[in-house]
Amino acid sequence: MIKLIQIELYKIFRKPRTYIGFGAIAFIVIVVNLGFLFEGEQLLGFLLDSLKDKFLLSGNLINAYTMTFVILNSLWIHLPILISITAGDMISGEANNGTFRLLLTRPISRSKLLAAKFFSAWIYTVLLLLFMISLSLIIGYLMFGVGDLIVIKSTISILSSDDTLWRFGYATLYGILSMTTVTSLSFLLSSLSENSIGPIVGTFAIIVGLTIVSTLGYALIGPAIPYLFTTYLPSWDLFFTMEFDVAKLTHAIYVNLAYTIAFITFTFYYFKNKDILS
Amino acid sequence: MKKEVFLEFDHVSKQYKDFLAVNDLSFKVYEGDIFGFLGPNGAGKSTSIRMTLSLIKPTSGNITLLGKNIVNEREETLAQVGALIEKPDFYPYLTAQKNLEILGKISGVGNLTAKIDEVLELVGLTERRESKVKTYSQGMKQRLGIAQTLLHDPKLIILDEPANGLDPQGQVDMRELIVRINKERGITVIISSHILNEVEQICNRMVIINKGKSMVEGNVSELLTGSRMKVSYVTDDNQRTLELLANSDFKQFVTGIEKEKLTLLIEHENIPELNNFLSNEGVKVYSIEPIRSLEEYFISMTK
Repeated sequence: MIKLIQIELYKIFRKPRTYIGFGAIAFIVIVVNLGFLFEGEQLLGFLLDSLKDKFLLSGNLINAYTMTFVILNSLWIHLPILISITAGDMISGEANNGTFRLLLTRPISRSKLLAAKFFSAWIYTVLLLLFMISLSLIIGYLMFGVGDLIVIKSTISILSSDDTLWRFGYATLYGILSMTTVTSLSFLLSSLSENSIGPIVGTFAIIVGLTIVSTLGYALIGPAIPYLFTTYLPSWDLFFTMEFDVAKLTHAIYVNLAYTIAFITFTFYYFKNKDILS
Repeated sequence: MKKEVFLEFDHVSKQYKDFLAVNDLSFKVYEGDIFGFLGPNGAGKSTSIRMTLSLIKPTSGNITLLGKNIVNEREETLAQVGALIEKPDFYPYLTAQKNLEILGKISGVGNLTAKIDEVLELVGLTERRESKVKTYSQGMKQRLGIAQTLLHDPKLIILDEPANGLDPQGQVDMRELIVRINKERGITVIISSHILNEVEQICNRMVIINKGKSMVEGNVSELLTGSRMKVSYVTDDNQRTLELLANSDFKQFVTGIEKEKLTLLIEHENIPELNNFLSNEGVKVYSIEPIRSLEEYFISMTK
């Protein structure tokens, strides 16, 4: 199995498209940091204007933690697209190239091949996420240093600099879980398709579609919203409050796990019985 | 000595929603054969080959490959089989060497480097081993396709339309390569093709299928010798020759004049007698050329 995963990872990292995700993240992180370097005071003044009457704000408010938090917020919807570029290509790309015929006429079980492909796509997803968070922290640190993090949601949390880094650690772990759900969705669509565009567009359409329906169609699907995985894509920010909402966090983890298992089970069942006609 | 059956189709059918691709097909391939799997486009050849390799599941019937049921013992069976299905598609962004390394590792080939050297040498691609496959011509891809079938020392290789897209010289080279693999390495070969001439030149046994059904199976030379073949004659005066034949015992064989050639549908053994007749009548024969297409063979066979 390890040999198969090595082969799949080798194929992933020999494809130029693999680096689109890393390139896009690097570009956005650098541009956002430069934007704050030159226009930061103005942007922060606009964001914190309503708080100035009630709080005395001092110190380094634009810092590595703030920048990472901002970038995570802005990238959370883009990350699934970047993931689907690779995960969505794992099966459909082989079908499209005609290389499935080569692989599946070898003495290897379909399940093993599929498992190796899924783990490889998952490793890519984890690397992409780690790259995004570590690059944000490193560039933010080099440009601005560290400082306290102000998080404005329904409540305002002011997190001191020595109480923040571990939160990013947990947010990363949660992010890995929620992006694993996205990876497994993309993988499922990849098994149903004979070209790579379908799974990429399909993943994005499902995520954006469910998010829009959850927001605008509350009256229609209100009871279902707590059970949609898209509801919990941004739940990494639950770690950035003074007190954790443990019940919500636990529910989010269960929902993500349930969808991931369902997507993977269906993919294996479908692919194992599929006629290879490509 | 009785030869071992390497592949047996036993009343195999494949039904898609509203289309019966393979219909109760039965045939056998024996050890050491170069076996022609012949049929027009859409006859069910590729579906049958994909079922042989478990890419597609049959709707009914049994397929026994190297003495094992391919559906139940897929991995053990495929460890002894090499296959090139339809186009020779590889990872275009990788070199030939890397493509073979990947396939060799998946197949669990020991001493892989030496094995890759050997198969690339056999197909004449040693010097281009470090070139990316996307820079390869169709002929080179076909040869690389053959090379990958041999990586794990199979007992049987299955080649689906191996001469597709090749120029005439490429087709000759491909045929020579297949015969060498069979004779020098003792590997049984199954070739699917829609070109009878190709099968006739290298295969010892064949099955012809049409609309998913077996039409005939057996020894190639025996099957073709007994049949009528289409022959074209170029003579000093085709019109006069046509009239001579029309008034002779050979009139039943004459089909007409096509593209300035006199054509006849005639049994193999009657050709010398016809030549004698024309010679006695003072006709100068400049060329005799057999024209045998699969379609014509079907027609002659069903007459």
